Amino acid sequence: MEAAPILQVRDLSVTLDSEAGPVLAVRSVSYSVRPGEVFGIVGESGSGKSVSSLAVMSLLPSHARIRGSVLFRGQELLGQSDRALSRIRGRRIAMVFQDPLSALTPVYSVGDQIAEAILVHESMSREAATERAVELLALVGIPSPRHRATAFPHEFSGGMRQRAMIAMAIANRPDLIIADEPTTALDVTIQAQILQVLRTAQEVTGAAIILITHDMGIIAGMADRVGVMYAGKLVETGSVDDVFYRARMPYTLGLLGSIPRLDRGTHQALTPIEGTPPSLVDLPPGCPFESRCPLRIPSCREVEPPLLEMAASGPGHLAACHRSAEVERRDLKSADVFPAPPPHASDRDGAPRAELDQVLEVQDLVKHFPLVKGAILRRRVGTVHAVDGISFDIRRGETLGLVGESGCGKTTAIMEILNLLAPTSGRIVVFGRDTANITHRERFETRRDLQVVFQDPMASLDPRLPVHDILAEPLEAHGVPAVEHSARVRELLRLVGLEPQHASRYPQALSGGQRQRVGIARALALEPRLLVLDEPVSSLDVSIRAGVINLLEQLKKELGLSYLFVAHDLSVVRHIADRVAVMYLGRFVEIGAVDDVFDRPAHPYTQALLSAIPLPDPVKERTRTRIVLEGDLPDPSDPPTGCRFRTRCQKFSGELADAARRRCIEEQPALAARTGGPDHLDACHYAVTASVL
Amino acid sequence: MISFLLRRLAYLALLVLVATSAAYFLAATQLNPRSRYEGRNPPPPAAVVDAALDALNLNDRTPVLERFARWSTGVFHGDLGRTVDNTSVNEEIDRRMWVSLRLMLLGAILGSALGVAGGAYAAVKQYQKFDHVLTVFSFVILSIPTVVLAVLYKNAGIGLNNLLGFTGETKLLYTTGEMTPGLDPWTGAGIMDRMAHLILPTLVLASISIAFYGRYQRNAMLDILGSDFLRTAQAKGLPRSRALIRHGLRTALIPMVTFFAYQFALLFVGATFTEKIFGWHGMGEYFVNSVTGQDVNSVAGVTLFVAILVLIAGFLADVAYAALDPRVRV
Ligand code: SF4
Ligand code: SF4
Repeated sequence: MEAAPILQVRDLSVTLDSEAGPVLAVRSVSYSVRPGEVFGIVGESGSGKSVSSLAVMSLLPSHARIRGSVLFRGQELLGQSDRALSRIRGRRIAMVFQDPLSALTPVYSVGDQIAEAILVHESMSREAATERAVELLALVGIPSPRHRATAFPHEFSGGMRQRAMIAMAIANRPDLIIADEPTTALDVTIQAQILQVLRTAQEVTGAAIILITHDMGIIAGMADRVGVMYAGKLVETGSVDDVFYRARMPYTLGLLGSIPRLDRGTHQALTPIEGTPPSLVDLPPGCPFESRCPLRIPSCREVEPPLLEMAASGPGHLAACHRSAEVERRDLKSADVFPAPPPHASDRDGAPRAELDQVLEVQDLVKHFPLVKGAILRRRVGTVHAVDGISFDIRRGETLGLVGESGCGKTTAIMEILNLLAPTSGRIVVFGRDTANITHRERFETRRDLQVVFQDPMASLDPRLPVHDILAEPLEAHGVPAVEHSARVRELLRLVGLEPQHASRYPQALSGGQRQRVGIARALALEPRLLVLDEPVSSLDVSIRAGVINLLEQLKKELGLSYLFVAHDLSVVRHIADRVAVMYLGRFVEIGAVDDVFDRPAHPYTQALLSAIPLPDPVKERTRTRIVLEGDLPDPSDPPTGCRFRTRCQKFSGELADAARRRCIEEQPALAARTGGPDHLDACHYAVTASVL
Repeated sequence: MISFLLRRLAYLALLVLVATSAAYFLAATQLNPRSRYEGRNPPPPAAVVDAALDALNLNDRTPVLERFARWSTGVFHGDLGRTVDNTSVNEEIDRRMWVSLRLMLLGAILGSALGVAGGAYAAVKQYQKFDHVLTVFSFVILSIPTVVLAVLYKNAGIGLNNLLGFTGETKLLYTTGEMTPGLDPWTGAGIMDRMAHLILPTLVLASISIAFYGRYQRNAMLDILGSDFLRTAQAKGLPRSRALIRHGLRTALIPMVTFFAYQFALLFVGATFTEKIFGWHGMGEYFVNSVTGQDVNSVAGVTLFVAILVLIAGFLADVAYAALDPRVRV
């Protein structure tokens, strides 16, 4: 006999006002959460996943119209007075928001804010509440909690703030915690820490958790049951195993197939979902996924499919699709439903690497920034060692992935390269030309061959220009005759999978994925040989992302391009790169062929990084052993002596004897081949390869 | 933090020096105290005029640098020089600054308190009745020049007096001066009389402050209303009103402290038009009179006084900002 659900959401609908008209943000969503379980809600931006959970807490802006019913332990929450709700909020149901600095009030200390959460619900002295706040901070793993309780939010790192949020959420031992994208703004090793804290929090309080995220990997590792949202509707729900292994709604299948898998690499075919989600302002009748669904039939346009039980799977597996019975019968997988380009096997034409031309060579690149303080009277207080001696090269037709967490120096490194100027120290050689001694003219010519695509397509495209002018701009700058512009623009649009009529549109009229395609087209306008891609897909939703990744792969093959691909998402890098370099605090810790580095990582940091990435595979995710790094990135203006990673190194703290540690503290490990192939280098004195996927 | 404030103070002091010197040179070269003697009948002999001007350090035949040297030496000894009427600038300022303060204090307090409260409430009730009323009020008040506004209020006051039959010596609302001459200010009647004099100018000043602060506070509060931390405060169980005051208003007040600091430091400087229209002999009136009266030393003295107050205000703003916002503390 199952326990009675603590939360029952029935036919919840939310309409929000917008300039374009009323937005049907959530439409008739029903789900229930049982005591102590983790219910995941997954969906892309605009799917209504956050709005629906804020509606549960009645925390939406006043113009939101909420209908339906939310029963918490049998008590109706919708329509309650603010007073009545405030007795439940924070005490019975708590929330953890997405991290940004903004979720904590900037003017009160962290300890005070936690104490306040206790004091609104319990009568006790301020001192006792503060004492309790310190205990909670210790519980969520904040070092020297008594001292840190007096600090202000801006003095906390992102990970620490999220720990403090969790401490606040569990302060009153709630029955239900709603965590809304709790790790989205965080780096992956910090994300692993926070998920761990969330698990601890759940053990301590026994609370049920509603976990809202866009990351299927997090769901796979954390949730018991999951609901998939699309265009304001719950389109599939069931146990994680049912949804991940027996998905019956085409959108879920597409979503699962569009995620690059860390454990599959270049051999995986990514299934992009064409098109974009419908506008929620005036939604056409019928299935909201109709315009993007390869399985659509005429009736999909007219009748919106209800959520129906899937006969063959376990109870509680529901899917909203007219053809789900058929999908179930034929047990269709992502690749059966969505056309995917064949996976690209390594397409190097057989020649050994050393014989190919070098397009970029970087030797001992160093970039230091002065650290200044004060707004009006600036003074130098130190030096940030942003990039501290990195070396690599890229050969013709090759993709090097440069990965690392924020603050590791990867962006600084590519900015130095793109400058085409002599670096502070070290050498940059682009297409055989050393940037230290090239003329103005040569630099201008080199720019033709070296182009860049930025992360945020909206910020890098001039909003006042139509797409045609954006693409013609580089042509004009490099003296391509005006009569040839139109033909070239059409050609470029075709190349990146856009239609000729897109030329007259403005960037704001395009979707995120289309904008990024324009960004890529602009970079290709002058037929470059090397593209620097700075987080080109990280601002895109998963289903859109796959299309852009496939495009980049296809372009590389068609045009014989080389890529320097900078990303924090290792799964994407594994999918697209030939070689990968892992950066930590301004230095490379490991570099080598993707399969070597991902399957046999040698450096403890690489191992931890890979182990921190959640795999969208529930069974694997549940059985993996996880390396969770301690602490935060050290201050880059004062890096540790010896090995820069030693303050967080799991090997240093867990395996090495004191005598061995001495070497880590005193001697900076050089990048060298220690574990096998001559092309697989690492920077750890005690490197041993291990498999962590 | 202390060293930051000290450096800031030194920087502001330098500004005072520059501003005051510039004002002296401007006044000394552009104003012409000699003209005061020229219209007389019979014209006084040139030697007498020169002697009189020399005594006041106002003679345009003395090189301006020499006059500046004499003036600034005096300033360093705490003496701002003599007015054209041979009275002490120090005494003039010392008397008038308190007049200005008495005129403005009540209006400033009322105006900023009501402005902040009104602005914050309007933000919470965005696009509702109160918000519309405040918006219209602010736009109307801020678009009317102060002189016109003061005259309007004055006429309204006179109209009200007549309507209620206060046509004799005793009025409900007085429209000129600080108090009725001859009354003992510390008796009950004296205080009532002062109040009756104060009401109209206070209303003028308060209206302007309410309009100004109301606008700013509304915008500051609107920024905060959409913020995540306000939602966090409610999510942890604070009722909306308490979350709004403790987390919302508290944070939205930070950008306002600069305005407060300046307004309160500049209370002594006076309100030129309001003083003129309602016949209060404060600093604002003094400054206008000294310019029209070719009174070089008074102009320079008032400028120095204002500059020092601006310095204090700037410093107060920095201190208050740091006290209210932990993010700027270093
Ligand atoms: S109902 Fe039709 S359009 Fe919608 S997902 Fe199913 S097959 Fe596709
Ligand atoms: S050198 Fe030492 S501290 Fe650095 S990664 Fe290797 S074991 Fe860890």
